[in-house]
Amino acid sequence: MDFFLQLVINGISLGCIYALLALGFVIIFKASGVVNFAMGEFMAIGAYICVFMLSKYDLNIGVAALITVSFAILMGMAVERVLLRPLMCEPIISVIMVTLGLAAMLRALLIIVFGIEAQVYPQLVPYEPWFEWGDIFVDNTYVVVVILTVLSIISLTYFFKHTRYGNAMRAAANDQVAALSMGMNVGRLFALSWSIMAILAAIGGFMLGSLSGLQIGITQTGLKVFPVVILGGLDSVLGAIVGGIIIGLLETISGIYLNDYFVGGAGEVVPFVFMILILMFRPYGLFGTREIKKV
Amino acid sequence: MKCGYPKENYIADGAIFPTPTPKYLTCTFVIILFLFPLFCSQYTMYLMTTMFITLIAALGLNILTGFTGLISLGHGAFIGVGAYVSGILTIHLGASFWIALPCAGIAAALLGILFGLPSLRIEGLYLAIATLAAQFIITFAIRQFPDLTGGDTGLTGIPHPSLFGWIIDSHLKYYYLCLILSAGFLVFARNLFRTRIGRSLISVRDRDISAEVMGVNVFKTKLTSFIVSSFFAGVAGSLYGHQVTSIAPEVFGIDLSIYYLSIIIIGGMGTILGTVFGTIFMTMIPEMIRILGDSMGGLIPSISHLLPHVKLFVFGFVIVFFLVYEPEGLFRIWKNIKNYFVLWPFKY
Repeated sequence: MDFFLQLVINGISLGCIYALLALGFVIIFKASGVVNFAMGEFMAIGAYICVFMLSKYDLNIGVAALITVSFAILMGMAVERVLLRPLMCEPIISVIMVTLGLAAMLRALLIIVFGIEAQVYPQLVPYEPWFEWGDIFVDNTYVVVVILTVLSIISLTYFFKHTRYGNAMRAAANDQVAALSMGMNVGRLFALSWSIMAILAAIGGFMLGSLSGLQIGITQTGLKVFPVVILGGLDSVLGAIVGGIIIGLLETISGIYLNDYFVGGAGEVVPFVFMILILMFRPYGLFGTREIKKV
Repeated sequence: MKCGYPKENYIADGAIFPTPTPKYLTCTFVIILFLFPLFCSQYTMYLMTTMFITLIAALGLNILTGFTGLISLGHGAFIGVGAYVSGILTIHLGASFWIALPCAGIAAALLGILFGLPSLRIEGLYLAIATLAAQFIITFAIRQFPDLTGGDTGLTGIPHPSLFGWIIDSHLKYYYLCLILSAGFLVFARNLFRTRIGRSLISVRDRDISAEVMGVNVFKTKLTSFIVSSFFAGVAGSLYGHQVTSIAPEVFGIDLSIYYLSIIIIGGMGTILGTVFGTIFMTMIPEMIRILGDSMGGLIPSISHLLPHVKLFVFGFVIVFFLVYEPEGLFRIWKNIKNYFVLWPFKY
């Protein structure tokens, strides 16, 4: 039982990271209908830059975070402007392929610039467990992950409810034509949604790196966002958070208990099997909008 | 001088070669391909053989994605299934290559039915994500039977094919085998779209509701597309396995699926000729980079170990470039050039 509780704690912290990634994905999808297959690369870039700043230049964590976030904002905007804007009304396969091509380019750049060796994390939090009860250990890292996730979600909520641009983004997501006719610069809002995604991905990537080590394989984790958003519903913010935690738990728990029956990495595949089942029986997910096809 | 091609009956409309010129061009091209091994090196021959095999798989994906409009991110896994089925049959059961080849295609087609079933309910983006899951599940499943598939290390020692005691063991013999097979599949794919089934595939892509109203069974058509596409992939996988004689599960990962999608995007979605262009183009790119890298190796010594990553970058760049600047691919460029010369030198 203790072991199971330990798994639940690990699963929740992994799920928090998935939730952040899925949030970034959903924000873009709601704003512009674009499916982003380059989540993993955005994640890795944020994490690599932050770790590089910390370990190579010995920068303060605050300064490093500031640089990472500003880089994420710039990159999100640039990608939207250069690649996605020309493909605005193209068929879905073009959009999928352009993000896949972008993913290949970013992955290659990452390897060329940072190499394929694992990056060393500087010690940011003390190694002693934050909480200990019987056999259950709660690492400081896990606590930081959960706190950071909650903080990100709170600040996002504030942004969307109480700021000018946040409200504009909600309006544009709700009805694009109406937003355009009210004089909003929808293109700029799309760019903003990409920037928000890049920031969330950078935070998620940094935290995932601190849990499981930072090397180029981290880009594969970006594809895990699909089980999460399919479970939660492609256009649901609440779904992204709930789905993220469910998939994180599912992956951690099944990864341990099914490993006796399968050869290697059952936890990597179970979310995808689960996703197929959801697609068969409830394609719009837990909280997504049900699409009705009209003639 | 006749302007344009007046078509006066349906036979003329459906003809493979509307005018004599493309017919002669194609004949010359085929003759060149048959005589090609006389002049080229072993490596070029190997490369050409790979190109023929790639063409078969790319045709399969274009039938599914380009002609039927069903996006598949799992094509690489189906190729893998073909390679493994063929390898297992010939190694463990001692079956002949000529039995293993169709079996590989059929096995992949059966799996295609299984993963095509979700297309009953979902389409577009959701189907793309479902095939992404298929990709992961199939490669995971291949790893599950180490006795049969060799697990992570893969399957080694796949025998060379033989025909009535005549063993196809050299690059030259395999070149001709793959040339004939890929030409056969090319003709099949081209003719498929002159039949009722092929036209129903296109109608489902263009507007499925109208197709259904006009009496096309949409679900059956989608499944047919999955079956044909996976059969092509399975055969290509089998040929690949017998070419390289050892296969491992990570070869058939998501990157291979993306590679095939990029071929049909760059060549031109929903065109047979475009698939040929795309295959040639994407096979040539790594070679160009390799040659460029070799010539620059003297100047910058560290470039040689960066080369695979430069390849990955160029690969991504080419996809993005074509999507942004020429979404209809090389086929469109070819058409523009052709149209220019149809009226050349008079523009009227």
